[in-house]
This record gives sequence, C-alpha cells and structure tokens, in this order.
Amino acid sequence: MKKFIANTEIDVNDEGYLTDFTQWNKDIGNELAKEQEIEMTDKHWEVIDYIHDKYKKEEPLSIRGIKKSGVINIKEFYALFPAGPLKKATLIAGIPKPKSCI
Amino acid sequence: MKNLVILGAGTSGTMMSNHLVSKLPKKDWKITIIDQYKTHYYQPGFLFLPFDIYTTKQVKKNGKKFIPKDVNYIQEKIELIEPEENKVNLANGSTLEYDILIIATGAKIAPDEIEGMNGPEWYKSIFDFYTYEGAKALRNKLRTWEGGKLVVHITEMPIKCPVAPLEFAFLADSYFKNKGMRDKVDITYVTPLGGAFTKPKATKALHYLLEEKNIKEVTDFNIERVDYENNKIIDYADVEIEYDLLVTVPTNMGDALIERSGMGDDLNFVPTHKATLQTKAYENIFAIGDATNLPASKAGSVAHFEAEILTENILRFIKGEPLKEEFDGHANCFVETGNGKALLIDFNYTHEPVEGTFPIPGVGPLKLLKESRTNHMGKMAFRWIYWNMLIKGIHIPFVSATMNEKGKKFDKITN
Repeated sequence: MKKFIANTEIDVNDEGYLTDFTQWNKDIGNELAKEQEIEMTDKHWEVIDYIHDKYKKEEPLSIRGIKKSGVINIKEFYALFPAGPLKKATLIAGIPKPKSCI
Repeated sequence: MKNLVILGAGTSGTMMSNHLVSKLPKKDWKITIIDQYKTHYYQPGFLFLPFDIYTTKQVKKNGKKFIPKDVNYIQEKIELIEPEENKVNLANGSTLEYDILIIATGAKIAPDEIEGMNGPEWYKSIFDFYTYEGAKALRNKLRTWEGGKLVVHITEMPIKCPVAPLEFAFLADSYFKNKGMRDKVDITYVTPLGGAFTKPKATKALHYLLEEKNIKEVTDFNIERVDYENNKIIDYADVEIEYDLLVTVPTNMGDALIERSGMGDDLNFVPTHKATLQTKAYENIFAIGDATNLPASKAGSVAHFEAEILTENILRFIKGEPLKEEFDGHANCFVETGNGKALLIDFNYTHEPVEGTFPIPGVGPLKLLKESRTNHMGKMAFRWIYWNMLIKGIHIPFVSATMNEKGKKFDKITN
C-alpha cells in the first residue's frame, strides 16, 4: 500500500515496513521513528548505519550481532528502541523485519 | 589423479558423494568423504522421538552403507582446513590434499552460549530436541511428566528447520490430549521474532492453529539467561517467563572446525555465494547445507535442492566454465500440526509460502499451506524417501531443484 510521509510517497506492507528500500532516505527514517515515538539521535543513526551495512551484505540481523557490533551494547539498544528493538530499528531503517520461513 | 574431498557425511555430504561418484570420471578423480561419527541420523525424526511416534531405531542407521563403495570413506575427526595450502589435517595426524573441497559440516546446538542453559538442570528440566540425546532424554521425561508449564523456546535465529519448534508445540498439544492430561499442561511458545508466524500469508492462514490448540505466544523475547534455580527464562528487557519444563532450541552454530580454520562468520557459518554455492573466500572450496551462511532455511530439503545445483557447478568448475547462478533458496517442508494432520510449504529466497497445489501444478495431490491428512502421510512417507532415495541422490519425481511458480496463488513477488 502507499503511504505519504516526509513529502514523499512510499510503498509499505500491512505492518508499515517499506517494501522497496530504494525509496528510503533519512527524512523518511526520522518520520517513521516519530510514529514509533522515537526521537532520533546520533547514536540511533549509528545503529541504523550498522543495520544498513548488514542488510547490504545480506547478513542476518540478530541480538548477537548487535552485541558484537562494537556500536552499542544490548541494554543501550533496548533503551534506544524500546520493546522489540530489532523490529523497530528495521522499520525505521526501511528494511524487512527479521523473519522465519513461515 | 585429482582429489575431491567432502567434509561431513550428513545429509548434504552423503548426497554429494552419491551424485559425484556417477558424474566424475574414476580414472581422473578420487572422491574422499570424512566424518568422525559412524551413525547417520534422520534428523527430521528428532521431532517425533519425544512423543513416542518414532522409535530410536527409526532415526539412525550406520552411515557407511549410504556412501558409495567407490568413494574413499574415512571415519576420523577433522582437525583443520588449510585453505591456502589446499590441505585438510585429520586428528590422527594424517593430511589430505585436495583439488576441490566441499564443506558439509552442518550446524549444531550450542547451549553454552546462554548463561544457565547447559547447567545442572540440562536434561532434567531443560531439554533440546535437536540432538538424538536431547530428543531421547525428553521422551523419557515426557513419559512420566505430570504436567505444569511447558515452555517451547527459540534462543536466536538462524536455526535448523525453523518450523520445528512450532511443530513441537502442536504435537505436544496432541500428545497431552491423547494422554488425557491436556488440562494439566499450559503451553507457551516463546520466540525472538515478531510472531510464531512471521510471513503475512502464513500468519493469515495459520494463526488459528495457535488459538485452536490454546498455545500462548510470547514474541520479541531475546533471552539473556536461564535462571534454573527459580525455573525462569529472562530476556534483555527483563521480561521473565516461568517454566516447569523448558524445551529450548539453543543457539545453532557451524562446526568448531570452521572456527579453528578461520573460515566462518560470528556463528561459524561459511560465507558462501547464495546462487552458486562457491565459498566467498576460495574458488575451489564449495559449501552446502547447514554449514553455509545462505539466507535460506537450514533444512534437509534445501540441502537436497542445493546438491543438484552444486553437482552441476562442480562439473562446470572442473571444465573451467562459468558457474550456474541457479540456486534460488528453494525449500519444501511438511509441517506437522498434530492430530494426524500436516501442512506443506514451498518457498524460496523471494517467494513466501502461499496456497496452491504440489508437486503437480493444479493437481496436487498435496495442498500447500492447508492442513490435511494427506500431507501428514506425506511427512510420514518422507522417512522412507530420505533413507532410500534422497541421500542416495536418486531424483524425486516431479520435484525440481528450483521452485516452480505454477499452481501457486501469488499476489505479487514480495518478501
């Protein structure tokens, strides 16, 4: 479905995740974060950069990965993106949430 | 004489030895397969062992009888791969040189990764069912368990057969119903993901199963530790879940050999090209099955489809031809839902499981993403297919290595 955000039209799925990463930009990320009641800081963006890097390399995201990322520890990750941090951080980053096969 | 060496004689390695023995000219190529264990397990059977549906005998056989006689089979621990030297060192001190290496060393559980998991309560009130030992210990526990809080838990992704924990919860519901004690058992399914089902079509088509079976769902739970003294699992957000019986899927990791050889990622999986199965670091080393870091399911069916494509690519590599970028992440899995029924799912890197017919488009006889008794019979028949066809590299009629889009109800390509 279409969604109008940060003066741009984007395609999202039922849960609000972008379906086409090429449509993503930082302004859109900022607005998506606001909808999750998150005010983005430099630390938040560092995490988003890390997530984008993993996405581009097609490496799965996990809490273990965050722990070893050198960007942030897990408690901080939860503090920045409360309740389901991977789910929220991927939504803001414009990529699919971590999934299983079914 | 050139050497092709296969590391690991599990599902993938055994299949590759069978495929290659008939394809590589015997006068030019010597094929060697190495595995330290003599038993070949039918791993899908570990799901049924705890519920006394399968016996221990039905899930294990002597591995040697599935390795072709023209293949050199070495039962020995592998110490180190030296990829720069094209050598493999074995624990007995001998060294094998290779021209082509296939890594098929699989994945295994690593319960030590979580504090308190592999402690005094391991195989007492905390169990896995991804190993023969764990599934058997759990079977013995369930035979006398009087009920309470059963927590079925996934530690972190990726895991082998991602639907198995869900199937376990469904089969547990049936098992306790049949024992007349379902009212004494509280079943909770705990996952680090956003739901027990994570794909839109499957969630829509299948979420009723959890409600129908009264299985509670706890999502986004990233375990930090097991408090085995107080029977609780605790996550990074300090959410606590109490259990009387914890059935967990521990962290899954590639073999320690991969770490020792400096060839793996954080979880000891080998970085591998997802369409060709050539490793990213060495062009004469290929990887298959659970040992890879492919964004596909770690499942026997994936290994089966990979094996057909990898065989072709090894032949191309030998001839100096470009590799086929053909593997599409195809997986085809029966999912037990309890009460003698099962689902069938068919999907790949880009297509989520949808409804339709399989394997013959428009005909079936199997129906995708719908519960049926026929699907359950398919799953039961699969054990025979596994031992008699699949690992021997015999092609299964109508089932292609890449996913067939015909006979399936796609809205559009999404994932």
